[in-house]
Amino acid sequence: MLIDQLPAIIIVVPLLMAILVNFVGIWFRSACYYLTVATVSVSFLSSLGIMQEVMLKGRTSYRLGGWEPPWGIEYMVDHLNAFILVIITAIALLSVIFSYNPIKKDMPARVPQFYSLFLLLTLGLIGMTITGDAFNLYVLIEITSIACYALIAKGDDKSPLAAFNYLIIGTIGACFYLLGVGYLYIMAGSLNILDLSTLLPKVYGTNAILAAFTFFMVGIAIKMAFFPLHGWLPNAYSHAPDTVSAFMAATVTKVSAYVMIRVMFTIFQPQYSLSAIPVMPLLGWLSVGAMMYGCILALAQKDIKRMLSYIIIAEVGYIVVGISTANKLGFIGAVLHIMNDAIMMICLFLAAAAIAYKTGAKDIDSYRGLAKKMPLTTIAFLIGAVSVVGVPPTCGFFSKWYLLLGTIDSGNFAFTAALLLSSLMSAIVMYRVLQSLYSANKEISTKNDEAPLSMLVPIYVSAIAVVIIGFFSGDIISSVIQYTVPAGYK
Amino acid sequence: MQTVYSITPSLAVLVSLIAAVLIAITGERNKNLREFWTLLASVIKFGLVLSMLPLVLEGKVIEQEIYRVTSTMPLSFKIDALGMLFALTASFLWILTSIYAIGYMRGNQEKNQTRFFACFAIALSATMGVAFSANLFTTFIFYEILSISTFPLVAHKGTPEALGGAKKYLTYLLATSIGFQLFAIIMTYDYTGTLEFSNTGIFANSRASDTIIIITFILFMAGIAKAGMMPFHAWLPAAMVAPTPVSALLHAVAVVKTGVFVVAKVVLHIFGIELLQRLGLGVALAYVASFTIIMASVIALTQDNLKRRLAYSTIGQLSYIVLGVALLSTSAVTGGIMHITLHAFGKITLFFCAGAIYVALHKTEVTQLDGIGKKMPFTMAAFTIGSLSMIGIPPLGGFVSKFYILQGAVQAHELFFMLVLSISTVLNACYFLPIVYAAFFKDPLPEKAPHDSHHHNYHHNSGSVERQHILMVAPLVLTAIGAVVMFFVSPYLSDVVRLVTSVLTGGK
Repeated sequence: MLIDQLPAIIIVVPLLMAILVNFVGIWFRSACYYLTVATVSVSFLSSLGIMQEVMLKGRTSYRLGGWEPPWGIEYMVDHLNAFILVIITAIALLSVIFSYNPIKKDMPARVPQFYSLFLLLTLGLIGMTITGDAFNLYVLIEITSIACYALIAKGDDKSPLAAFNYLIIGTIGACFYLLGVGYLYIMAGSLNILDLSTLLPKVYGTNAILAAFTFFMVGIAIKMAFFPLHGWLPNAYSHAPDTVSAFMAATVTKVSAYVMIRVMFTIFQPQYSLSAIPVMPLLGWLSVGAMMYGCILALAQKDIKRMLSYIIIAEVGYIVVGISTANKLGFIGAVLHIMNDAIMMICLFLAAAAIAYKTGAKDIDSYRGLAKKMPLTTIAFLIGAVSVVGVPPTCGFFSKWYLLLGTIDSGNFAFTAALLLSSLMSAIVMYRVLQSLYSANKEISTKNDEAPLSMLVPIYVSAIAVVIIGFFSGDIISSVIQYTVPAGYK
Repeated sequence: MQTVYSITPSLAVLVSLIAAVLIAITGERNKNLREFWTLLASVIKFGLVLSMLPLVLEGKVIEQEIYRVTSTMPLSFKIDALGMLFALTASFLWILTSIYAIGYMRGNQEKNQTRFFACFAIALSATMGVAFSANLFTTFIFYEILSISTFPLVAHKGTPEALGGAKKYLTYLLATSIGFQLFAIIMTYDYTGTLEFSNTGIFANSRASDTIIIITFILFMAGIAKAGMMPFHAWLPAAMVAPTPVSALLHAVAVVKTGVFVVAKVVLHIFGIELLQRLGLGVALAYVASFTIIMASVIALTQDNLKRRLAYSTIGQLSYIVLGVALLSTSAVTGGIMHITLHAFGKITLFFCAGAIYVALHKTEVTQLDGIGKKMPFTMAAFTIGSLSMIGIPPLGGFVSKFYILQGAVQAHELFFMLVLSISTVLNACYFLPIVYAAFFKDPLPEKAPHDSHHHNYHHNSGSVERQHILMVAPLVLTAIGAVVMFFVSPYLSDVVRLVTSVLTGGK
């Protein structure tokens, strides 16, 4: 049955095409774009198929090459990663459709290489999400990271340095993760995630396990740019090519957040993560730091992409604070926010990319008066911005609602206050941009000069999603997210 | 109480949203068609709201569930007499304001009229949404839509001054609603498990301790900045940079009344009268409102800009409503709620006059108004009626509600608040009557250099200025007549309000 093979198809097709697209590109450069769109579409449709399977049957697993776990690599899909898969592939599809014009303009000579790397990055993210093997996860983290380094380095003049910085820090993060895997293998003798979750409780008291847990958390925190390990992110995202920053902004940190949840609640049982060490209060207060730091630094930025990068650091804090509440409502908020943040970030970054493509404007001052020139893109940016602030009826409001409920339920009013305060600060951040966009500027012609359709369509798909998806929060929670809540979360 | 299910509420909300889309599509190409959509929507909206009135008068409640976001958070509408009164007032005055706005925007040759009328229509949708909402969740969503959709209207002129005012406007409204109101709503939800408006108050039988209740109440009152209570009132004078139709309908009726409406809902339906009486929170709120009433009136005395003076007057009058509700006695609540409608007619008249004077004669300051009554007799007559209604002199609407609030203060044995109301009345007279006096009895100031005479040909015979701007003068005459009529229909009005108070206090 084809449907049983979907967990393989979703990853094998982009892998093969990542290689093939280079060769096709030698003779038919223009075909690369369409091939990539088709490939990512296949992955997207597969993810929908997987989602449907999971909703019908619950957790399913796929044995790669027919090898039995724990020796072979197992792909394990439950509600949580099926949900993340749909988000990643949808974002990838939007980004790749968007990329047609900017890539042709920015790197005409390297179109095939770009799409090859793009597919590699997509497959890495999909793999990180779908795999059920802790070591395989490490391999895929590295594939993702290497694709990221290469893609970032294709940006502006400063991008090679940013990519190099990211490479150093990212490698350290991956090493930490690998060390964690190594410790677990020594202690438990398995690499399969489900296997580990049953084997580990016997050795929970040991220091080796504590060290493994710590290595995991620090490694992942680097990958997800969690305060105070976020240093690589602003440079990497602001100097990367626009399409790449958009795709990465909406996915990389989100997939890493997923890995964190997986490590904390599947590899380790919730009882360990909750009670063995006081990790939750620590994560909570660091999230508060992330929210405050991200928003304050965002206020200080002139460059739009850099400003949005700091907003991402704050948004990562939102996700983690939800996890750290240790109750159902907060966790639902965190998972919901993974989705909502991905949607609003892609909306904002794509809108900024479209503006940069049409006018070359990259900072707040040069945005003056562009609302007249690109009214549709500006409205999409406005929608994304309003969602970051968390104003209803946009989706950002609904996840924030659950996060707030979670923090109040856990009795941590300081976290509630921090969430609200950071919302207000992001309002100021976004207000500056919008004021600039809508202010009068006589120097630029007011003639309507919108981005081409291949850019407007992805922007508007995401903008419309921002507005309407919040209303489906209830359905999404009842049919997917509630099954992802770890046992022991009330 | 009987419940009727109907889709009319959502139609009443949607009609102006659809109009906004049609307005945006039509745009500058066909200005008459664009304005036709506004007028059509306003008439249909009023008709739809009116069609629900008979059911409400029979004591029934109209309900409609739009969408269940989660099992405990539905987006739903429930119309009781209080919401009905507010919706009727706002939608009726929208018709007149639409006519006035067309006259104003054209007479003033404003730019971006498409955006103006589209945002105006969205704001009205949001107002209806607040008026009809069945729970705090729905209220909050529409409350925020109202803040956002009115922002472009305040910033309309795009000058640094307008942008500054609009920034202040949005800062105050968003900061308080996200920082305090959302916090309070989440607290309410967490401690009571529901956000539905209930006649006994949902906090009455909850697990929340008194401290939590008091904190939540304070957060609510600080979070509803639209009610204009001090110290969160400064956005209202700042919003006066908006074109006058916006100030007239939105910042004298729709937006600010949304604020006091939500205050009333929270006081009566979330906390409940008994609980607030027990904790003494009603009286505390009444003191804050009293402070606002007196301070706003004193500040109004010092304002030379006519619209700013009116804005401070609005701040004071809004606190009448809050005071009435906060006194928690039947008469006071009745008076407060009636004031939502009665104040609307008077205040919109005053703003209409200020706008007409600006468009016709380009005068904005109180000191420029000497002798203006000869040029614009109808306008200034209407202004006089509006002023008298503000002061509360019979036979004008403003008298009735003030009378009820006074009676309520006696009922509640809070004579201090009677004193507040009398001082406020004197102050109201002090800042309105000199304008009337100067307009009719002082000699006009000598015209300065006629640098702006290319705009208008000044005809010094009376009437011709007003005839040029008939689209503006006709509505303001109608609302002035409305302010008088309100006095005579107030018995019917109080019958409607009794439907609200009877269920709350158990028919006492």
